[in-house]
Amino acid sequence: MSLEMLEAESIHIIREVASEFERPALLFSGGKDSIVMLRLAEKAFRPAPMPFALVHVDTGHNFPEVLDYRDKRVAELGVRLIVASVQDSIDSGRVVEPTGRRASRNRLQTTTLLDIIAEHRFDVAFGGARRDEEKARAKERIFSFRDEIGQWDPRNQRPELWNLFNTRIRPGEHIRVFPLSNWTELDVWRYIARDELDVPPIYFAHRRRVFERDGMLLAENPYQAPDPTEVVSEETVRYRTVGDMTCTGAVLSGARTVADIIQEVATTRITERGATRADDRTSEAAMEDRKREGYF
Amino acid sequence: MDILRFATAGSVDDGKSTLIGRLLYDSKSTFTDRLAAVEDVSRRRGDEYTNLALLMDGLRAEREQGITIDVAYGYFATPKRKFILADTPGHAQYTRNMVTGASTADLAIVLVDATKGMVEQSRRHTFLLGLLGVPHLVVCVNKMDLVGYDQGVFDSIRAEFSAFTTRMATRDVTFVPISALHGDNVVSRSTEMPWYEGTSLLHHLENVHIASDRNLVDVRFPVQYVIRPQSSACPDYRGYAGQVAGGVLRPGDEVMHLPSGLTTRVAAIDGPDGPVDEATPPMSVVLRLADDLDVSRGDMICRPHNAPAVVQDIDAMVVWMNERALRPPARLLLKHTTRTVRAVIRDLQYRLDVNTLRRDPDPTELRCNEISRLQLRVTQPLLCDPYSRNRLTGSFILIDEETNHTVGAGVIN
Repeated sequence: MSLEMLEAESIHIIREVASEFERPALLFSGGKDSIVMLRLAEKAFRPAPMPFALVHVDTGHNFPEVLDYRDKRVAELGVRLIVASVQDSIDSGRVVEPTGRRASRNRLQTTTLLDIIAEHRFDVAFGGARRDEEKARAKERIFSFRDEIGQWDPRNQRPELWNLFNTRIRPGEHIRVFPLSNWTELDVWRYIARDELDVPPIYFAHRRRVFERDGMLLAENPYQAPDPTEVVSEETVRYRTVGDMTCTGAVLSGARTVADIIQEVATTRITERGATRADDRTSEAAMEDRKREGYF
Repeated sequence: MDILRFATAGSVDDGKSTLIGRLLYDSKSTFTDRLAAVEDVSRRRGDEYTNLALLMDGLRAEREQGITIDVAYGYFATPKRKFILADTPGHAQYTRNMVTGASTADLAIVLVDATKGMVEQSRRHTFLLGLLGVPHLVVCVNKMDLVGYDQGVFDSIRAEFSAFTTRMATRDVTFVPISALHGDNVVSRSTEMPWYEGTSLLHHLENVHIASDRNLVDVRFPVQYVIRPQSSACPDYRGYAGQVAGGVLRPGDEVMHLPSGLTTRVAAIDGPDGPVDEATPPMSVVLRLADDLDVSRGDMICRPHNAPAVVQDIDAMVVWMNERALRPPARLLLKHTTRTVRAVIRDLQYRLDVNTLRRDPDPTELRCNEISRLQLRVTQPLLCDPYSRNRLTGSFILIDEETNHTVGAGVIN
């Protein structure tokens, strides 16, 4: 029952966007949340195709398994995919590649994302963020206003009542819409199980060479080298979230099926971002600060 | 397993945050990393104990200033239900925030401090929850430990509260004596109050019957989006997508289209996973009709002998939510179901003081967080019901065309 109610709410939100905006885009990372969001968008317009393009912000540091999944899913659906490349933003001098041991392209994505929104004149972008995943997100509206330079102002949000969404913007401004606002990590996995959705293989337990840094297990990867003191070993791990290889930690897990994952998520006492994301650990308000700048 | 959406009203002094912390913590819904972060902030701020209120304070300014600025949403589940909690702050912006949190709530918790009894704020909160038509109210008489778990204190607060709520539309009011600090009657029954015959708060939240709160009598289907693939695979498909706002729709049913007044039959109903036998609120479905009618967004599908009002002059209670006061005559945008129209507000009938519930019969303006009964005229008819009959077809928001801000919320009388 609860999945059906969440699904109905999300589909209502997605259709409201298609009704009231002219140039929507759906931000698709190939992660579990955007997989569910894409599925809901597919259902919202059947038998017609969904009336918008997908946008992927590619940092160049993605897991190859996730890019393969992305391309496969796009081909299945026959939708248009626009890839916004952080490497291009670096090459054209829009952003400067950070250096040092903890360098990550995570924050650079904001510029690339805002540039692609401006270039294609998107007036609305769907994101797969959920309120339960992070405390700043718990405060964000489902229809979240962004000013002409893409900023979120948490102190000045539009009140959101009933199922009546204010979609009014001026040229140059846009709205981020989060159809999965009321879903939890467990809801997402239960939906994946119910609809038998395919997900990238890195969500399941596999053997991988990892090293420990700041209490997280990072994958051995081409973009960052472990310090001499950091020992690389092969472990059985899986990923709870999908981000860059440089800042997404794996968890030790033997979960080989979606049912195993549901069991694991139902009993864990650590949030998915707390367990796996270095980008949220830089400060207590790291997510809020990034969101203010225009992050996902 | 279904979902219960509930709102909490009250201030930190009433022990609201402690109660929420307890619900989340004792139902094992608090993640250890989030708790560790809260402990860390508490320590840095010099709090004497871990301030569970911080669990809901997601913004930097909230944690630094120790105030809650905005509605926060929390999620937890027990084997019986999934819960969506809208925590509404009790400070100056309370009206706006509370109205927002209560608009979608099935149930609301009002906290009363047992040592103080029913105060002005309790009346104010209860009144707003009644205005927003929250079907179930739970009055938690908190800090029972400080009054020696005395039944007499609880009974007199209950009597005073009941005298107030009988004048309101809220049908179901439940009273629970609790101590949020010690956990009495929050998650499990207290041994300190053998005289109390009810259940714990969480048990009540898990079991309160909400299925019949939805209007299953009056068929209301605001058309949201028209699906016309115009592809070779399905050349003739034409479906009307929307979320059922009332009643039960089945294939074969005779229905009426508004504003045309033309009747036809439901040929088929498509759910998210294919054809369905019936559609009820809050399902999002696609209706296919037997006849080709001119149907577009903003229209309504209903029953031939049970239609909403089709009106241009609206009598409503409006909560103003903007720093810039409303001074009639004013022109605004009004969004009602899937229809957005222009509205003119000529004058305010009376302004309601939410603190005293007194009526000011001759207001010239409506300031932020104030409530007024008013008449407005819309340029295109609304297809609406009284809010008391249907929360979805009886509500609207007001938008300032200059700033695009949502400046008001209204319920139709």
